[in-house]
Amino acid sequence: MSAVEGSFPIGSGLNRREFLLRLQAVGGLLLVADGLHIAKAADAPKYGADSMPHGVVDSPLVFVKIGDDGWVTIVAHRSEMGQGVRTGIPLIVADELEADWTKVRVLQAPADESRYGNQDTDGSRSTRHFFDPMRRCGAAARMMLEQAAALAWNVPVTEVRAFNHEIVHQKTGRKLSYGQLAKRAALLPVPPPSALRLKSPEEFRYVGKGGVTIVDGHDIVTGKAQYGIDPWFKDMGFAVIARSPVLGGTVKRFDGTAAAAAPGVQKVMQMPAPVAAATIHPLAGVAVIANSTGAAIAARKLLDIEWDDGANGTYDSDAYRAALQESARKPGKVVRESGNVEAAFQAAAKSIEAEYYIPHIAHATMEPPSAVARITAGKCEVWAPTQAPQLTREDVAKHLSIPAENVTVHVTLLGGGFGRKSQPDFATEAALLSQALDGRPVKVTWTREDDLHHDFLHTVSVEHLKAGVGADGRVAAWLHRSVAPSLGTIFNPSTNQEINVELAMGFINMPYDIPNLRLENPEASAHCRIGWFRSVSNIPHAFAIQSFVSELAANANKDHRDYLLELIGAPRKINPLSQKDDWNYGESPLRYPVDTGRLRGVVETVTREAGWGKKYPHGRGQGLAAHYSFVSYVAAVVEVDIDDEGKIIVPRVDVAIDCGPQVNPERITSQLEGAVIMGLGLAMFGEITFKQGRSQQDNFHQYRVARMNEAPGEIRIHLIPSPDWTMPLGGVGEPGVPPIAPALCNAIFAATGKRIRQLPVKDQAKRST
Amino acid sequence: MELQINSQTVTIDAAPDLSLLWVLRDLLGMTGTKFGCGMALCGACTVLIDGQAVRSCVLPVAQAAGKAITTIEGIGTTPVGAALQGAWLDVNVPQCGYCQAGQIMSAAALLQATPAPSDADIDAAMSGNICRCGTYTRIRAAIKQAAHHSGDTK
Repeated sequence: MSAVEGSFPIGSGLNRREFLLRLQAVGGLLLVADGLHIAKAADAPKYGADSMPHGVVDSPLVFVKIGDDGWVTIVAHRSEMGQGVRTGIPLIVADELEADWTKVRVLQAPADESRYGNQDTDGSRSTRHFFDPMRRCGAAARMMLEQAAALAWNVPVTEVRAFNHEIVHQKTGRKLSYGQLAKRAALLPVPPPSALRLKSPEEFRYVGKGGVTIVDGHDIVTGKAQYGIDPWFKDMGFAVIARSPVLGGTVKRFDGTAAAAAPGVQKVMQMPAPVAAATIHPLAGVAVIANSTGAAIAARKLLDIEWDDGANGTYDSDAYRAALQESARKPGKVVRESGNVEAAFQAAAKSIEAEYYIPHIAHATMEPPSAVARITAGKCEVWAPTQAPQLTREDVAKHLSIPAENVTVHVTLLGGGFGRKSQPDFATEAALLSQALDGRPVKVTWTREDDLHHDFLHTVSVEHLKAGVGADGRVAAWLHRSVAPSLGTIFNPSTNQEINVELAMGFINMPYDIPNLRLENPEASAHCRIGWFRSVSNIPHAFAIQSFVSELAANANKDHRDYLLELIGAPRKINPLSQKDDWNYGESPLRYPVDTGRLRGVVETVTREAGWGKKYPHGRGQGLAAHYSFVSYVAAVVEVDIDDEGKIIVPRVDVAIDCGPQVNPERITSQLEGAVIMGLGLAMFGEITFKQGRSQQDNFHQYRVARMNEAPGEIRIHLIPSPDWTMPLGGVGEPGVPPIAPALCNAIFAATGKRIRQLPVKDQAKRST
Repeated sequence: MELQINSQTVTIDAAPDLSLLWVLRDLLGMTGTKFGCGMALCGACTVLIDGQAVRSCVLPVAQAAGKAITTIEGIGTTPVGAALQGAWLDVNVPQCGYCQAGQIMSAAALLQATPAPSDADIDAAMSGNICRCGTYTRIRAAIKQAAHHSGDTK
């Protein structure tokens, strides 16, 4: 790390943007923070939160309010979807504020990035981006209270100290509560960043401790929690929409007479054409609005619609898979290369080749996409379970042809997000229907069938791997072709290769110590909506690479763990740019190098904790996988018990994560537990298939997800301690998912000798007769 | 039509074949009971009818008339319901929380019938309730804790 970076610790109180602005104010050239090169300020790369639209806001005037009654209200500007952010981020503020957590309320921010900074809740980055800013925010508020008390007592501020919701005059023991000081403190200026005094980590009361109940817990268990599907108004219309079953299809003609005559129906209408300027476009369709969602669903069945399927009406998963395989067996665009792969293959004692298939999977959030909107005097209010509040606001405004300032987006709780709710088409639909009803409140609910037919699906991919190994079994040459339709197609339909963020999810940044390698990305086109699914392209990349490493170890007759550690190689810090990764999850390549020592660490920890190397009878075994994603390191050991019929029981899963310092360890553990369940479910059952352009899965009987009786008997999460709070934080929400599917399949191999190269597993573990 | 919901009588004007779920959510504004699938596949809409766990999304409202309907808004007044809610918070079960109303209602029916359930009992009673966040191991722990707790108070 450079001197400049090193002189920019948490305690300096400067964020990077302020830091750059200050240097800029001095004039002339400046040393950019990664210390690599001299550049003009305008050219300085931005990382982390500063690289996001609208960057960071850390003012206590925006995020903290203290009442006369002593209640502290902390604004949460990120969306809660189960990851615990409405607990974790206010906890950071409260800790620096020296507030008593039992006297803290959390208030959800509406969409307004000009006020709150970036609100996109995705990419496993809320805590890692806002740990430092929220500390500054809490510290500034605490110092204002201290200053107010010092003025009240007419003593130097150095003699007073905040402790547990009070300011204490240390010499005399006098105390003033936060409630008593609130009004006075509010009149004082916010301390400048340079004056901020942050707590030392040993003074933390909540950060790193966890041990708190999630802030929405009580509302959740009593049925009071408000999700996007829940706002209720007396005169509300309840809508469902029949959408084009094929991506890009349109309504050729429709007859809504029967539907309009059905009980409770208020209106039947064709959805307005999408507005080109918007980012996410609702699908073409016909809406039915009734006095209950049940009545609307029943009437929708009576619609007579003739669709024009358009260009994607022939999309067929079997044919598409064959096309992907054909592409994967031919050279494609080289996206990273080192050494001389051809020569190394020729010199190798043996070549080993394998191909993996990972299908489309659907998010299937338990709360299907849903939203409520109403319009009063040209101003639209939307209640939406959105991961992208600002985009929701802007897209609704564009579709209604009103200024964004006239759109208020109330961010509700999300009944699951997993990336689906980053695309706010459902909120736009509600707004358009309210507009058609002269502003009356309208709730749009997607049925489960709608959700599975029209999701922004996880991509589908074929991963082709080939290794040249020496007589000792070590890898001398490595060829990997990844071919998958890109999520870039939802913004630019002509995109036909993985975009940089997809390539950099475990493909080009594969950190193994291999002298000769070539990574290729052949072309693929999309015929359904592709989006972000929790951990995104890491799923296929990790599945293929971690399965292939297991195959290579078995081929070399070596222990998988030992083989994997040898392949990772010695502990070293790799600059992502040296791997052609110019993204690195948006983080500085120097502050966040790929650290193979940490990757080794999670492998060593998880295998030790899981008792790796146990001898099992036939039908039982352990599987291992490790993966770096979202600037965190995760390894998993899955244990399976498989009967003669191929029924798979998972008695136990161990996961180790190194995500740097841990703000709320309890919620990290819960995220990792959830990632195990989701990872096992998608590996065992997850698949959306298409015929004639139409998704073939209607509901949970056809799109299966893990249930209680399929959950592991035991999940053990091992958090790698990281006591140094100057170390950068890693992501948590997503990185638990990628290692689970390959660890499961490697366990199936250990138990049965059966190699699974295509997901889902379904009954592939059944012994062939 | 009259319904007995959480020990209160409410009068509604609904088609007899409208499912109880939409009566609760859309006609009465009782939104604690959740929609998840509409086919009794996920359990998000679970309520108790005369103490039995029922998927309200497929129950025509006429069939609930004259029976005791308990929803998540009312389960806390029963000893088992209160014990479950307390255990859910102690164990920090919820992630997004959307399915948890249905989980708690299924667990309440389980504990009322089987006060000290085994793992197999829990799996059998709870496998109709999907949690996409994956809180199953904590749900198991919370049910056991609640069973222990409500056992103490008897």
